[in-house]
Amino acid sequence: MDQKLIVSPSPHISGDYSIRKLMMHVVIALIPAFLVSVWFFGYAAILVTAVSVASCVLFEYIIQRFVMKVKPTIDDGSAVVTGVLLAFNVPANLPVWIIILGALVAIGIAKMSFGGLGNNPFNPALVARVFLLISFPVQMTTWPLPKGFDTKYADAITGATPLGILKEGIRNGSSVIDLLHTPAMPDYQQLFIGNMGGSLGEIAAGALLLGFIYLLWKRVITWHIPVTIVFTVAVFTSVLWLINPNRYADPLFHVLTGGLLLGAIYMATDYVTSPMTVRGMIIYAIGIGIVTVVIRVWGAYPEGVSFAILFMNAFVPLINRYIKPGRFGEEVHHA
Amino acid sequence: MLKTFKKGGIHPEENKLTAGKKIRVLPVPEMVHIPVIQHLGMPARPIVKKGDKVKTGQLIAEADGFVSAGVHSPVSGTVSKVDLMMDAGGYRKMTISIQTAGDEWMEEIDRSPGHKPDINIQPEEILKKIAMAGIVGLGGATFPTHVKLTIPRGRKAESVIINGVECEPFLTSDHALMLEKGPEIFTGIKILMKLLGVKQAFVGIEANKPDAIKLFRDLAMRHIGIAVVPLRVKYPQGGEKQLIKAITGREVPSGKLPIDVGTVVVNVGTTYAIYEAVQKNKPLIERVVTVTGKKLANPGNFLVRIGTPVEKLLEAAGGLPQNTGKILYGGPMMGKALPSTDIPVGKGCSGILVMPLEESRRREMKVCIRCSKCVQVCPMGLEPYLLMAMSERAMFDRMENEKIMDCIECGSCSYICPSDRPLLDYIRLGKSEVNKIIRSRK
Repeated sequence: MDQKLIVSPSPHISGDYSIRKLMMHVVIALIPAFLVSVWFFGYAAILVTAVSVASCVLFEYIIQRFVMKVKPTIDDGSAVVTGVLLAFNVPANLPVWIIILGALVAIGIAKMSFGGLGNNPFNPALVARVFLLISFPVQMTTWPLPKGFDTKYADAITGATPLGILKEGIRNGSSVIDLLHTPAMPDYQQLFIGNMGGSLGEIAAGALLLGFIYLLWKRVITWHIPVTIVFTVAVFTSVLWLINPNRYADPLFHVLTGGLLLGAIYMATDYVTSPMTVRGMIIYAIGIGIVTVVIRVWGAYPEGVSFAILFMNAFVPLINRYIKPGRFGEEVHHA
Repeated sequence: MLKTFKKGGIHPEENKLTAGKKIRVLPVPEMVHIPVIQHLGMPARPIVKKGDKVKTGQLIAEADGFVSAGVHSPVSGTVSKVDLMMDAGGYRKMTISIQTAGDEWMEEIDRSPGHKPDINIQPEEILKKIAMAGIVGLGGATFPTHVKLTIPRGRKAESVIINGVECEPFLTSDHALMLEKGPEIFTGIKILMKLLGVKQAFVGIEANKPDAIKLFRDLAMRHIGIAVVPLRVKYPQGGEKQLIKAITGREVPSGKLPIDVGTVVVNVGTTYAIYEAVQKNKPLIERVVTVTGKKLANPGNFLVRIGTPVEKLLEAAGGLPQNTGKILYGGPMMGKALPSTDIPVGKGCSGILVMPLEESRRREMKVCIRCSKCVQVCPMGLEPYLLMAMSERAMFDRMENEKIMDCIECGSCSYICPSDRPLLDYIRLGKSEVNKIIRSRK
């Protein structure tokens, strides 16, 4: 026999998942929400997303090539996903230099300084978002109103997000029931399609759900984290609403606003920063749901999803350490 | 709803290229090599020496102790060598080589072609015959069958489960045997039921073999207490613990045996070997082997004498294709990669799979992105990513608590990993280290 045979331990075949394919699926899942955003915010949405993705990829390349001195792995697509998610989490009229700074924080501080993909404890896009929110509170909370391609990038007509209107109104002593019926407040149908002020990618509930179905179909993520977060928020806000509908908004309003779906489906499910077992995922997701509502209802910010996810990210190592999967053989039979 | 196990599992491409192909009898080779250990337990002791004449079916190495299995000559001829030779595992083992001359069988073996359905011997005698025939688990684990069928004192079997799942991609030897030897396998099941004193037998067959399910259902109508259970196509459905879970709903606890939940699992090939041993006095000297691969000219299912070099099987299947990268002894999920084609077929060899070079190389390992897919697919509810990380860092003392010894080495974790990490390699390393720790405590 003249051929040399390869000898290696089993298994000898592997599935067709790769990091690149998984990341590509996430990007595909975000396309509907991106299109809705372009529809409502015009060219601004395209510009902000393009700059964010390009600078995330570039920073990753530069840091890997010249600082860490390793082979750059930008082709795995993880920086592209971070770029898209960062863009989705900022207003569509954010100045370009601020987005670039955000990309540097996301890739340089939140991801690479911990060793790169797989090692970062906190979601990079959210770290950058919160950094920008604290550093540039005015620019980060000046929301362009959805005017389609008439939306001016530089001096757009701006307004508040639904949650912002609510928080401001409650502070001024108005009843929530009245606030939900002011002309500035979109109705539920508008909220579902995304006709409201808000971050670039968070507005389109329907499109985000479409992407969720795609991610489930391609088995990129499981339902546990998103469904548990939304369920927790719905239950918690229902209780408050039933106690006093004059002080607390209804659960549907909470679920459709403030980037809850964007956070639950695309940010909280980030592989690296979420738990490894189903039981762990449920605990983590309940935590995110509770903290989100607490911040929204009693906190200083109108919106709480980003903080809630980062807060629960911090517990993930602990959850992984103590929450174990159900082992085979533990189940008592009832035969 | 088809039955299956609950935790984990994967769906690799089935690639059953040889499904439905008739079993072809491979001609007796000029030379056979029979390792004295083809089972789990103590090696058998050779009782022949160079120059001895042997007949087909003659005992050539006897079992050494209870957990061991005798080895019989698969051919007639002259012993040419008793020496160390490399086996499928890549280790040099004591091996008896026989130069074939004719095919003269031992007189007591009944070679008549007919099916003998009447069982007229007692359980003790059945067990003795199985032990004498050198039968081991033919599904691949090769545990001596008479040991498995000896129920420990104080335990009681309530049912016997016949494993006709064949969940490994590519393999079809059990499938072919079920289609051609159905009545004989049913007699084998009756023998097992009599031996174990059970009233209930289940035959588990994956739903991708509808012809075998139909045939076995028809046969089951004529037998009391035998039920055919179609199972969902999912790997590792044929794992002993997974199969028991699917059929009875019971989970064998960590470190326990099937008998602890009142059952015994026997592979269909083994069941057929039991039939032949008990009804026809025939020891285990041949078995059905699937010889397959996408590039093979003539893949098929072959009836092969134990000890036949793999090379002969490949010749019968159309010769080794150009650009072969790997030859597997067994299926793609749990099979062993052979270092050469001189290696003989052993009792546990259910298939020979030829893989082209482009599918043989492992992909480069990337970082763990903590996607948790390995945790999701593990059928034992373990955390492969964690076990690998601990193994890399030599944290062996913590791995026992993480239930590493429960790993059945099915390979689902390495298969699914999007970063192509060799999870099972590191888990095996960890298992052997943890095993040392456990042994040192005793």
